[in-house]
Amino acid sequence: MGIESNRLLVDIENLAFSGVVLSIEQRAALQTSLTITREQYKFSKIYFWGKILGTKDDYFVAVGVGENELKNRRFLYSHDCIRWKLLNPPNEEHFNKLKIVKGRFTGDPSHEFECKTYRLVGEGEEEHLEEDITLLKEEDRLAAVIKSIESEALVVPRSAFILQPTGQVVRNRLFEGLSVNEAAKFGNYFHFRDAILLEQKSPLFRADLDKAVDFLDPINEDQPEGCWSLQFERGSALALLKSLKWPGASFFHVPETSSFGFSYFGVGEENKDIPFML
Amino acid sequence: YSTRAYSVQEMSENTEIEQKFQDAKAYLLQSSTKSGDNVYDHLAKVLTRLLTERPTDAVDVLEDISRLEKKEKFVSKTDTIIDKPEKSTETKLAEIQRGLYIREGEEEENIGDMDESETPLPNLLELSYYFEQAGVGIGREETYRIWLALKQLVEKYALESIRFWGKVFGIEQNYYVAELKFQEGKDEEEPEEEEEAEEAEKEESEENEEEDPVPKSTFKAPAQAPKELYGTGSNKYVYYVCNAPGKPWTRLPNVTPSQISGARKIRKYLTGRLDAPVVSYPPFPGNEASYLRAQIARISAGTHISPIGYYKFDEEGEAEGEEDGGRDSFIQNEEFEGLPSRELIDTANWVHHVLHILPQGRTKWWNPSQKGDDDPEIGEEEEEKEEPDMPEPEVGPQLLTPLTEDFEIDGQPAWTARSSSNLVTQFACAYVRSNLWPGAFAFGTEKKFENIYVGWGQKYSVDNLNPVLPPLPQSEYVSGPEITETEDPTVLQEEALKKAQETSGDGEEEQSDEDKVEADEDEDDED
Repeated sequence: MGIESNRLLVDIENLAFSGVVLSIEQRAALQTSLTITREQYKFSKIYFWGKILGTKDDYFVAVGVGENELKNRRFLYSHDCIRWKLLNPPNEEHFNKLKIVKGRFTGDPSHEFECKTYRLVGEGEEEHLEEDITLLKEEDRLAAVIKSIESEALVVPRSAFILQPTGQVVRNRLFEGLSVNEAAKFGNYFHFRDAILLEQKSPLFRADLDKAVDFLDPINEDQPEGCWSLQFERGSALALLKSLKWPGASFFHVPETSSFGFSYFGVGEENKDIPFML
Repeated sequence: YSTRAYSVQEMSENTEIEQKFQDAKAYLLQSSTKSGDNVYDHLAKVLTRLLTERPTDAVDVLEDISRLEKKEKFVSKTDTIIDKPEKSTETKLAEIQRGLYIREGEEEENIGDMDESETPLPNLLELSYYFEQAGVGIGREETYRIWLALKQLVEKYALESIRFWGKVFGIEQNYYVAELKFQEGKDEEEPEEEEEAEEAEKEESEENEEEDPVPKSTFKAPAQAPKELYGTGSNKYVYYVCNAPGKPWTRLPNVTPSQISGARKIRKYLTGRLDAPVVSYPPFPGNEASYLRAQIARISAGTHISPIGYYKFDEEGEAEGEEDGGRDSFIQNEEFEGLPSRELIDTANWVHHVLHILPQGRTKWWNPSQKGDDDPEIGEEEEEKEEPDMPEPEVGPQLLTPLTEDFEIDGQPAWTARSSSNLVTQFACAYVRSNLWPGAFAFGTEKKFENIYVGWGQKYSVDNLNPVLPPLPQSEYVSGPEITETEDPTVLQEEALKKAQETSGDGEEEQSDEDKVEADEDEDDED
């Protein structure tokens, strides 16, 4: 999820408090190109997801969704907001390499990063470390990073999406927004991913939940504690939720209205030092 | 009720159906024990709503309408009793910010008197327009409010220059930072030099001279580099912060070198409260206000840049008399003709105009072994012990060095320069962003340029933080003969010693007799 393309101009202003700014040229180009891309790939909706900064060039990312917003997501990237390319979904191996790879994104999708793993070889006195160097293409790293950010930093307000009896996850058309009090609580924001923490809770706890609405993990139990920063701008007229684990991931919601959105503007690297920083 | 006559069978069937109907209706009318609602009324409401609102695909949203009806049923009746609802925080903030828009004591005549051409206030809106092209900034309305807040500062103090430095995010609140320079002598809060520390040292050394001197600790705290003078180096500008435009500006204290080197060793997020303690290891000397100031100093030193030629060294100045060979002042170059954006995309055309901070924490090297005059007592003691080797002076990049000389990060350049537009290149501006401090940007076009920082206030590092390890335990005392334990002599050693004394005693009989007597006495004593 991100910022819906037909509300791009309005919603991106709300994220300006987090330092997320698109130039006029980019906004104009996005409006045109996202509409065309949506038609091209037959998505039901297309969202502008964010920007990953590289040393030589940047990636603009968009996500197109099908009927089931949770499952059918395809990612696209572009350098100039005009021509978009589809990203292949990452696999297990890419995620493993993502944890090891270091360094900034360069901006060149075919650049290859070296991932060095070490292993002990030999027995007894002959033990020595041997380096294994595997390569990770920047394009695959991009796909894996986007997927990680989606699973750890993407949030939606409670009851914005509902689980239908058919199993489809769709936008709740009657969502009228969280109240100001509700918007101040972390428990009212959910991760937009397959529920992991929810499965671990006892059935007794889950019996009290509303199955149509509470089918996703809330963010109030994310580790390390305090890794989300919730602020109100303009008094209480705009709730901004920023992730400290992925600096650059910001979510906004205007309480009492149905307007909300997410975007990532950053270097595309996890903040591994977060336990020291809180 | 129909009044036609029924056959007996029909009547019983009807009554049965009637009965079932009544049963069903009674069941539907049963009030819930929890909410007092019943299915009958609820369904009636849901259908009424559907028929009035007529949404498309109504069957798909049926459950939601049902849920909404239930929710809306609980309207608190106590609203009529509360006469004055509490103001929402939105209105409170709006009222604070309204103060920005009102000009006090305004009269029509005074407007003509104000000399508006000499105000140090920058044209923030114009600058933010350029930054927007580059994809940096904080939104136009917010920028305008900050502009008004800066204007308040200009009206309050006599300033030589003022700049919007940037926005630093915090966990609970954010900081908007303004960089000021007061006019000469106009700063009322200029800090005095600290001379208190020396007096404290003299008091301590007088106490321990009686009785047996307790072994003095040989621990000497490493000499702290003194603060850079106000107005020079990293304390060249004064920084004011506020949490939101319209809220009062708070002055940040001047930064000390120990704070800068402390800030280099830790990574901490700012909370947004200036008095929050910074809990870290190694302990940071100060609270969040000092930590923020130290980060601002580091970011300024690392990322404030200008197009080459905009500033130049003062040729007529006293640059020759300096020992360290560094120049630390510059003036604006009046003959600067501007560089076209095409050339500004090359990082070689940008230079730093803030002095680099040495590892010591200062911009100018301070020699720690030059202490002679300050502490005469301690100076004498030092001469007895070995003097440490003269530390090597630390040098850093000179002022006005181009960006291409900056260290690379993991093989990639420290700066990225791009043009703001690929399509309308005649009017595009160039912008440069730092890869070392994500969030530091500068734009340049023809004759204008500006720096800004929007970010969390953290440096980028490829590797994880390696926290400083605690130091090894120090030895408690100097080891010397009076406190070292020696082994007691064994019996064999004592006898050998006695024999040695006897043999040496034969040469002098008198003494040896006495010795022997003594020895006998000793033996008697021993027995």
